[in-house]
Amino acid sequence: MKMPQPDAGVIARRAEIIEAMQAIVLGEGVITDEEELRVYDHDGLMAYKGLPLVVVLPETTGQVSAILEYCAANEVKIVPRGAGTGLSGGALPLADAITLGLGKFNKILEIDYDNRTVITQSGVTNLAITEAVEDEGFYYAPDPSSQIACSIGGNIAENSGGVHCLKYGLTTNNVLGIEMVLMSGKIVHFGGKHLDSGGYDLLGVATGSEGLLGVITEVTVRILQKPETARALLLGFPSNKSAGNCVAAIIGAGIIPGGMEMMDKPAIHATEDFVHAGYPLDVQALLIVELDGPEVEVDHLIERVDAIARQAGATHLSVSRSEEERQAFWSGRKNAFPAVGRLSPDYLCMDGTIPRRKLADVLQRIEELSQQYGLRIANVFHAGDGNLHPLILFDANEPGELEKAENFGADILRYCVEVGGVLTGEHGVGIEKRDLMGVMFTEDDMNHQQRLKCAFDPAHLLNPGKVYPTLHRCSELGRMFVHKGKLPFPDIPRF
Amino acid sequence: MRTDFTLAQLADPEIDAANTILRTCVHCGFCTATCPTYVLLGDELDSPRGRIYMIKNLLESGQPATAKVVKHIDRCLSCLSCMTTCPASVDYMHLVDRARVRIEKTFARPWPERVLRALLAFVLPSPGMFRLALKAAALGRPFKGMLPGRLKGLVTMAPARVPAASAVDRPQVFEAEGKRLKRVALLTGCAQQVLRPSINEATVRLLTRRGCEVVVAEGAGCCGALVHHMGREDQARKQARANIEAWEKAGVEAVVINASGCGTTIKDYGWMLKHDPVWAERAARIAGLARDVSEIINELGVGELTEKGLPAVTYHSACSMQHGQGLSEEPKALLAAAGFEVREPAEGHLCCGSAGTYNMLQPELAGRLLERKVENLKRAGGAVIATGNIGCLEQIAGGLAGGTGENKGPPVVHTIELLDWATGGPKPEGIP
Repeated sequence: MKMPQPDAGVIARRAEIIEAMQAIVLGEGVITDEEELRVYDHDGLMAYKGLPLVVVLPETTGQVSAILEYCAANEVKIVPRGAGTGLSGGALPLADAITLGLGKFNKILEIDYDNRTVITQSGVTNLAITEAVEDEGFYYAPDPSSQIACSIGGNIAENSGGVHCLKYGLTTNNVLGIEMVLMSGKIVHFGGKHLDSGGYDLLGVATGSEGLLGVITEVTVRILQKPETARALLLGFPSNKSAGNCVAAIIGAGIIPGGMEMMDKPAIHATEDFVHAGYPLDVQALLIVELDGPEVEVDHLIERVDAIARQAGATHLSVSRSEEERQAFWSGRKNAFPAVGRLSPDYLCMDGTIPRRKLADVLQRIEELSQQYGLRIANVFHAGDGNLHPLILFDANEPGELEKAENFGADILRYCVEVGGVLTGEHGVGIEKRDLMGVMFTEDDMNHQQRLKCAFDPAHLLNPGKVYPTLHRCSELGRMFVHKGKLPFPDIPRF
Repeated sequence: MRTDFTLAQLADPEIDAANTILRTCVHCGFCTATCPTYVLLGDELDSPRGRIYMIKNLLESGQPATAKVVKHIDRCLSCLSCMTTCPASVDYMHLVDRARVRIEKTFARPWPERVLRALLAFVLPSPGMFRLALKAAALGRPFKGMLPGRLKGLVTMAPARVPAASAVDRPQVFEAEGKRLKRVALLTGCAQQVLRPSINEATVRLLTRRGCEVVVAEGAGCCGALVHHMGREDQARKQARANIEAWEKAGVEAVVINASGCGTTIKDYGWMLKHDPVWAERAARIAGLARDVSEIINELGVGELTEKGLPAVTYHSACSMQHGQGLSEEPKALLAAAGFEVREPAEGHLCCGSAGTYNMLQPELAGRLLERKVENLKRAGGAVIATGNIGCLEQIAGGLAGGTGENKGPPVVHTIELLDWATGGPKPEGIP
């Protein structure tokens, strides 16, 4: 993975930068020793590593502001990092950049039941928000599988989804406001407890910006009342194709389940070993379909889904009989990624999203590619919204396997785009899909997107080398537009 | 996870085992969320995932441990909350044990630290020495202001009154009441019998009442956990071998343990001695006989209830109980069966900070965890707090002490004392 050439001038000023950081953040919050920095050398995507220049763990928005102000004035790059659970390498450190960790921003600041909002610091975990309000019957809807550990700030940076996003929307549909520190050090607030602000939707711009526009320090989210009833169905199928067709049929019938997830055989076996959720082991594909709402509605929908599933050839049908059982059904799915660690020492997780009717077709193609590359695959995904998470299993201790896995992944994503889908559903582009952005976007598209970045961070100090495959100076972008994709300034490093 | 051990390194069975463990970790970070030190400090370096990575680098390098690595490994409570959370079932316990041994062998700690550790390793496992030390500490109380930092902390932690030694802890056999259903050995332990002799007394009463013949075996002593967690592998193995021998001679169907910290270690004797050709099999057999007292009573039933109108109990699950031995429901079910209303505190998965010798070696972090724990326990609102591990019991009692009137915290007792009381034993001390 090619990253921007580190700036030797910045690295030479390391001691001075450390001193400046220590003046802002006292105590253990400035990490400089190599063996300690090494622990921060990657995030949830282990395939790519790099030592940061220094790691700083501020505790207040004021400190973040002071750090960014110093870095802007001294042209030091910043890589923001939430809980380090990201799967696209968005928090991959750079040798000439400060990794700015938000792990100490772990307090919930206000719970407002009257307005159904929670204000938290950005390092609070997704699940902690739900835990704080569940006694009163509320919850925060987006639930990425890593919700136990991933931070709400990271969720906003990646516009994370989760199994319940099919019905309740992604992070962007559930965040009402943020406090963000711009690269200049200026603290800005987008949105609030209200639903709409005047002017451009800057909150929408910041959501999914992958640490390229600012550092999020505080978040206001909407909380929802827990549905009166929620029950989950386990539907087992003799083939991926019949399961895929069942998904399309359910959506086609106008039913929007709270969540609709699919796992293939290897994933079913790996997770069942860990959670003992009662998954059928003799099926090729498993759907978990959750229906929620008033009890009569849920009962009615279960009947309808049951009929559709039988029609589609389901060989196993069971319905959760208790809340514990419903949780157990989900627990397997939520732990599926790491549980695959039982099958293989390493995996790459893909995140392509496709039109639902193409499910069976894409799974077939993935299977062919798996044979072609000689690498095993476990499929776990948000079937309801067409967001695939094929896990490519490999062993990084075997020379060449990582490269093979990367190529395999790239082929999958290319195919996703080919059938009318997109590169990422919720994990973000990071570095993992950066070089494939050209498959989806034209040079013009990307130039326009980068101009927006220039409005926030003209010197490209925030998370450089991520998301966009080519590096442009902001002043250059205007010309690029005129030249219709012909690259001026060939001497500028592109990677 | 990718590892880079040489073939020569992998020839060492301990490194080979560590390599196998490391390769199951996929670095997902789920463990960070339930790790007490990460929850407090928010620094990857003080999280299980960070430690696993540091241990990997330490073992791969083959170099002596450095002060920085030691700092972060030392901060680990070995509460094993991460293992309950880990979906890939990474065997963190044995990995961090290996790191502690490597540290003990290759890192020269500053001398006050060395003296303190040597003192704890010498005094705590021996009830006689420990009782003597506590009495000395009681005498030293008035002068604690003059003592250096850590020693002052230890003296403050010591109870003002040291109970007399109990007769039940001497080697002997207690006959079963009625028909003998089982012959079991009871680990009478080390620190517990000095601090709270009433726990072993209640255990013997309850076990015999439920038809167990209870053997306090000659030659059995400390389980080895205390020194094991300090990386003193050889001393731990020595204590394990002594216990194995003693319980083999006793000819029992189960080894009953009423301190879950000890139970976690004894259940792991098989692993501890697995490379010892003489002891491997014997250790595995004894480990297989080890049962927490709640498991045995669960099997035999609590028996006839003699008390009515029992108070509400807030149950504190020791980390070694819920994470180490995976016993989260059994003790609560027993309390409920005995007629207690059982309440659970928020953040029940987080450690109270006791963690063996942790509260003595890491007083600052232990204190912060204790404060958080005590708040949650008080909020749960039970009239009594029950737990199945002496370390937690003393730690929490210490955290609740000092309050008066409405601020006075509820008494803290062992689960088994409550079960004994409900079925014919005396009311545990401190319960109004």
